Amino acid sequence: MNPNLKRLRRSMMFLNCQKPGLIKDPYIYAPDSIMLDLEDAVAEREKDAARYSLYHALQEIDYRGVERVVRINGLDTDLWEEDIRCAVAGGCDAIRIPKTETAEDVRRVENAVIAAEKEFGREDGSTLIMAALESAKGVMNAFEVCSASERLFGIALSGGDYTKDLQTTISGTGVELMGARQHMIIAARAAGVQCFDTVYTNLKDMDGFRRDVETIHTMGFDGKSIINPRQIPIVHEIFTPTEKDIIFAEKVVREIDTKKAQGIGVFTVDGKMIDIAFYDGAKRTLALAKASGVYKGDL
Amino acid sequence: MKNAVGREIPEEILSLTGKEPFQGNNYKEGVPFQRSAPTVHPVMDNQHSKIVQSIREALEKCNAHDGMTVSFHHHFREGDLIVNMVMNEIHNMGLKNIKLAATSLGKAHEAIVPMIEDGTITSIEASGVRGKIGEAISNGKLQGLAIMRSHGGRVRSVFSGETKVDIAFIGAPTSDEYGNLSGTGGKTNCGVISYSAVDADCADYVVAITDCLVPFPNYPAQISMTNVDYVCVVDAIGIPEKIATGAAKPTTDQRKLMMAEYCTQVVVNTPYFKDGFSYQTGVGGASIASTISLTRIMEERGVKMGFGIGGLTKPMCDLLEKGLVNVLMDTQAFDLDAVTNIENPNHYYITASEYANPFNKGAFVNKLDYVILASLEVDVHFNCNVVVGSDGIITGAQGGHPDTAQGAKCTIVICPLLQGRIPAICTDVTTVTTPGESVDIVVTDYGVAVNPNRPDLLEALQKADCVPLKTIEELRDIAYSITGTPDPVEFEDRVVGIIEARDGTIMDVVRQVKPL
Amino acid sequence: MEIKKAAVAGTLESSDCMVTVEPGSGTVELDLESAVIRQFGKQIRKVINETLANLDVTDAKVTVVDKGALDCTIKARVECAVYRSNGITNNLPWGGAIK
Repeated sequence: MNPNLKRLRRSMMFLNCQKPGLIKDPYIYAPDSIMLDLEDAVAEREKDAARYSLYHALQEIDYRGVERVVRINGLDTDLWEEDIRCAVAGGCDAIRIPKTETAEDVRRVENAVIAAEKEFGREDGSTLIMAALESAKGVMNAFEVCSASERLFGIALSGGDYTKDLQTTISGTGVELMGARQHMIIAARAAGVQCFDTVYTNLKDMDGFRRDVETIHTMGFDGKSIINPRQIPIVHEIFTPTEKDIIFAEKVVREIDTKKAQGIGVFTVDGKMIDIAFYDGAKRTLALAKASGVYKGDL
Repeated sequence: MKNAVGREIPEEILSLTGKEPFQGNNYKEGVPFQRSAPTVHPVMDNQHSKIVQSIREALEKCNAHDGMTVSFHHHFREGDLIVNMVMNEIHNMGLKNIKLAATSLGKAHEAIVPMIEDGTITSIEASGVRGKIGEAISNGKLQGLAIMRSHGGRVRSVFSGETKVDIAFIGAPTSDEYGNLSGTGGKTNCGVISYSAVDADCADYVVAITDCLVPFPNYPAQISMTNVDYVCVVDAIGIPEKIATGAAKPTTDQRKLMMAEYCTQVVVNTPYFKDGFSYQTGVGGASIASTISLTRIMEERGVKMGFGIGGLTKPMCDLLEKGLVNVLMDTQAFDLDAVTNIENPNHYYITASEYANPFNKGAFVNKLDYVILASLEVDVHFNCNVVVGSDGIITGAQGGHPDTAQGAKCTIVICPLLQGRIPAICTDVTTVTTPGESVDIVVTDYGVAVNPNRPDLLEALQKADCVPLKTIEELRDIAYSITGTPDPVEFEDRVVGIIEARDGTIMDVVRQVKPL
Repeated sequence: MEIKKAAVAGTLESSDCMVTVEPGSGTVELDLESAVIRQFGKQIRKVINETLANLDVTDAKVTVVDKGALDCTIKARVECAVYRSNGITNNLPWGGAIK
């Protein structure tokens, strides 16, 4: 299994492949992932140009451990297969499929990725996949999409197209996204993959952005798509466990470890009833804290 | 001969100028010198009028002649109309061989380039030059030398008689008919006219040029009638919207915000950050953003600033309005907020000499805890270059950089690692303006480097674990790994300019660039 | 590869470069204008010539206006212009002639 399937992906930042100034050093903002875009951000007549830039960026720029996801063009275009050849040859970490609606969409991409890995001598299975759901049908099929491939690490909501399909618009309140968000996080968890929220496009409203991130964090999402580096510190702040969370999680893990040895099943930590069901959550908190650089302990 | 920052200063330049190579920051400490005094034309007759009808009349009355030195201030920055107005008249009079001694020259003054080419202007002294004037000098068009001085260094030069000003032209937002001058109250306000104070003291003739004549006495006066010979009223002395070059909206560029945050973390985690600390910052996006984030932490921790100084901007004035700083000392107003804030009783006008002159009995910069500066280049010896572009062309000004850097206990230079493909952190700066001994900390978007001669600051920052610390060599190596190692710019042998140290010694020379 | 018709790639934005290729007159003729020519002119010429050689372009008039692009961008723009002049967009030799 590719060890990167479950890596930390709080912030996934879109970058237009066609803009050299954007793709040369986004790592200084420390996003968890960048999404090098060949699709919507790139003008129709520059689709070819974006690929050459992508290939050399992947080959020559040291992104310093930031995950490099490539968003390919839609499966309804004649561009996506060459996009995959270029991205896999360049050595990207993952492919993001836009407008995914069915498990079959994922498998078509998977097959093209397998062929490209073979053609360019990349290790089999080294290229992961994520799927963006951008329509009512895609959202309804979330579980089958999540379960379509061993390489698929997660699904992402793409709110712009999705709300159009619902015949509404982005209101800023999140009401129109509620159903999709709820359905997708449930499907993703049921399938054991990650789930990412859509972009927040109003850069002037940083408070609204913060509320949006708090909402999806509470809902259980793993991270959010980002369109500007200014948004990254806010996402990381919200997704980073607080010192209180970390201390509590540490106690839970230690207590469960010792109490289990003593044959005790239920006990209290800081006045809260704790049993084995808390173990995985506490472990996850510590892993997230460690990955976020705020926990240097040994649990 | 090599100077203290390792720069080769040609013997012929040393003998031509009578200057010494730079020997270190405090070389002239306590060395006595004789101040220069002007020739004064007394006014006793109560019928005497100082009003002249034109610049031409002023020039004639002041005995304008070939080979004279004329001086100007740059408080109107890119909105200045005075330099061109006067130089055009000098050109029309057919005068030659003029030394133009401005406090700084910018793109507003490109009209003087033909006067450089035709020998009207044969030497230039300024904090720096930009645009086409810089290109003309770097391409060898100026017959004599361009001498670039810091703001404090210029005062020293005029003070000591090295620069003997024949006629000082002082653009004054308000004047009365007797020459009491102020930076406020008119239609082209710049807040303060600090840089002209030394010219008013030391020039043989002083001509005030104003577009707003006010009733006598124009008080409080920043420059007194006791030093002014003539007053000339013109239609406009400047273009107000181009004066406030620093009137930038707070930046939303995350790179600058990151550097600002690193800078603020450096300030609040070093030992001088305590009640009563003193602080100066510049007008760059990151500098302004760092003042804003510093304000937040000062409010949180209840730490107040003793004094803020320098070229002032809105965030500094906001500190005063919020009661977070006791006093502001103003030598230059960078935006309209700073221009109007001078009305606050705790916002004081000071002269450039009080601000930064190394040859008086102690200037404000000596009392600074922190200064936040920018730089075009910083090298692994922490030398900074703020005057010459990486392409070898003169394109900037010393300003108060070397003055505040030497004066402050903690000098922080903010600069992005790369400017396009140009590595700002490099092995050797193109030209040294501020010596590494004055520079303590360099903040980049890729990390923060502390000068090894400040282990105390390094230890404080390591302990605080608040910024990504790197060595300056590491930063240089990262830059070169991205851009490739730059080739050294090729120069001709001819020296076209001198970067003068604060004390009048030679920090570096600027040579003519090779044609491409 | 032959330069069949004039083609352009890239922009004049900072960190980018604009590359124009036109049919040549027997050799590669390179005209370079760059904001960083004094420090990186040699390196930029080298990258352009190597990229053209990889693509087996031996006869072309190449005009590059550079705004401080990194090597990876210069290569990408040269390749794009050359393939555009040939009308090729698919099945490209990633890792082969494009490297």
